[in-house]
Amino acid sequence: MPLYHNDDQAMLKDSVAPFVAEQAPVSHLRKLRDSADATGFSRDLWAQFTEMGLPGMLVPEAHGGLGMGHMEAGIVLEEIGRNLTPSPFLATSVGAVAALAKAGGTQAGRWLPAIASGEAIVALAIDEGAKHRPDRIAATATRSGNGFRLDGKKSFVLHGHVADMSIVAAKTDGGITLFAVPKNAKGMTADPRRLVDSSLASHVTLDGVEVDADAVIGEVDAGGEILDALLAATRTGAAAEMVGVGQGAMDMTVTYLKERKQFGKLIGEFQGLQHRAAHLYGEMEVARATVMKAQQLLDEGSEGARLMVSVAKAKAGRAANLAVREGVQMHGGIGMTDEYDIGLYMKRDRALAEFMGDVHYHIDQVARMNGY
Amino acid sequence: MSDLDAFRAEVRGWLEANCPAEMREPIREEGDVCWGGRNWVFKNDAQKAWLEACVAKGYTVPDWPKPYGGAGLTPEETKILKQEMKRINARSPLDSFGIWMLGPALLQFGTEEQKVQYLNPIARGEIRWCQGYSEPGSGSDLVSLQTFGEDKGDHWVVNGSKIWTSYADKADWIFCLVRTDKTNKYQGITFMLFDMESPGVTTKPILLISGNSPFCETFFDDVEVPKTQYIGEINRGWDVAKYLLGHEREMISGGGAGGDMVSIGGAFAKAFGKNAAGELDDPILRAEMAAFDVDVFAYRAMGERFMDMWKTGRAHPASSNMMKYVGTELNKRRHELVMSGGGSEALEWDSEETKGGARARGWLRTKANSIEGGTSEVMLNVIAKRILDLPGA
Repeated sequence: MPLYHNDDQAMLKDSVAPFVAEQAPVSHLRKLRDSADATGFSRDLWAQFTEMGLPGMLVPEAHGGLGMGHMEAGIVLEEIGRNLTPSPFLATSVGAVAALAKAGGTQAGRWLPAIASGEAIVALAIDEGAKHRPDRIAATATRSGNGFRLDGKKSFVLHGHVADMSIVAAKTDGGITLFAVPKNAKGMTADPRRLVDSSLASHVTLDGVEVDADAVIGEVDAGGEILDALLAATRTGAAAEMVGVGQGAMDMTVTYLKERKQFGKLIGEFQGLQHRAAHLYGEMEVARATVMKAQQLLDEGSEGARLMVSVAKAKAGRAANLAVREGVQMHGGIGMTDEYDIGLYMKRDRALAEFMGDVHYHIDQVARMNGY
Repeated sequence: MSDLDAFRAEVRGWLEANCPAEMREPIREEGDVCWGGRNWVFKNDAQKAWLEACVAKGYTVPDWPKPYGGAGLTPEETKILKQEMKRINARSPLDSFGIWMLGPALLQFGTEEQKVQYLNPIARGEIRWCQGYSEPGSGSDLVSLQTFGEDKGDHWVVNGSKIWTSYADKADWIFCLVRTDKTNKYQGITFMLFDMESPGVTTKPILLISGNSPFCETFFDDVEVPKTQYIGEINRGWDVAKYLLGHEREMISGGGAGGDMVSIGGAFAKAFGKNAAGELDDPILRAEMAAFDVDVFAYRAMGERFMDMWKTGRAHPASSNMMKYVGTELNKRRHELVMSGGGSEALEWDSEETKGGARARGWLRTKANSIEGGTSEVMLNVIAKRILDLPGA
């Protein structure tokens, strides 16, 4: 497979890009923020996403989805990133779908069609501390009657307070097990916090939550592999969204360099700024290629996907961060104002950078995978 | 079995029968590289046999048409041949500026007669070429060049000098940019070819910080060049030069000075040890190496995407400038880490254990990567103007 979008993928982009830009531009985010919206995204917009079939892109056709791949999901995520569109797409349609499709069984049959039809929002309850450390999950699931009893705390759970179901990772006797915990489960509370980018993420408390045995996603103790699939998909998706954020910020900045005059010249004429913009362009192109490579390897089910996923999250993290920092700096004073959009890009980048492992976490992973 | 599978099987068989064992060893020193040319002395029989076998098959330039010494392979077949050669670690049968730079320009701009005349000896490794672009004081600013060819009817008389002409002292012929019209800065340059044994040509090696001397100063004193020996149109040599520079940048950013873009952290962990946790025994260096390795894997993905897009005409024409910039800066970073990881051993300049100070000399050599073939700053200018469309200063 060549590393560019084929005709079908280009067509998908041609329909998704104008749709997101028209229906959910940055002003959409501002409106939700300024009205102190309590959901974190627009249900109306999600209904429009559903009309286009987007929530079920990665859902296998047998479960009512489109059976597409990460390359296609990445197209949607890049546009979401470029427009800073608040949406449950990444957690629900990418992360949760990857886990459920990998596991199969009862929970896949129950939730995949509901995701594809736009009815179900799913939250990913993985992290427990300020930093992403999935190898140190401390929440527990102990056998209780015919099912399990869940105890522990989760943090940074996107959409946790409105999710119809949460995928909870917990320690069991022989490993990690993933559970599908439905909304309003007794003993589970979600305390939403507004983040720097205006999105809402919850601290979730599990206090003796009782679930049936069939709430297990996949097999007991064998959740590690399913969690890996969830993480690989979500990290790659976050990287694709960051490429969108970085591209959006870079485009705004380059446009500004061509319009803003100082000292009687367009500031884009100054070589000092030209070189920084050109360097940024190179970094963004490399990041884009890397994310596409990770998507391609995931879609092929390749062994090399794990390494490239961490490379992509790290590289996209570095490049997008450079884009937003240069964006604010090159905009000068106006870049510091709330009224101007560039600062919103910086905020979203910060949140995505932290989500599912920051640059340092993934650089460390690359070192480990290479034996040092 | 598909045609391509059959081709792969055929190539495997041919390589098995024709690539000598000595040619399946990594390049260890300059003499292992086969440059060819009139005065070439083969290092051993294997080097000679390997070149001759490849020449007979058209495999020194597999994707060139057969009448010009190639094998006429399709891009897919060429890729398979390269994969199969890499699989057995086969050395390149012939390294040549004729193949990398002049050949593609001749294929694009040469007349039928010129193609037959020049491409075949290039494919056979009979003529070693050098490139006469830069001049003292001009650097990357090639349009400012001063070497002048005075029109004498059926020939030019060329006077001037060139600098940074790689291996000019070993080359048989030169492809050269010569000003033929002083009134037009851009459209007054002609792309000429001539024999380095022509009366009036002299060369002088330039000693570099690496202690080596691959570059020369080259002087032209009333050199006569027949009017049949130019490529493209008279005074439009810039078109040829630009086309050729695109290929040079691909080479420098790709396999050439770009080095082999592989992970380095693992090798250093083996060399100077890991701690009890199985991690490289210097946490800061480990972090720097791992951050570098992330960029290496990322750059490889970019290289793949660039080639896929370039071959199908999807790449922006100036994207080779971006590849050159990113690749050469990355290669310089690699060699800084190689020195850092090597410690005091990497400082040794002439010991046998360090293969004559290979690491130190290699590190110093890479400093030229972001200067030769257009400086990083020139690459950034091109990206800013041609891709980002920023206003001219």
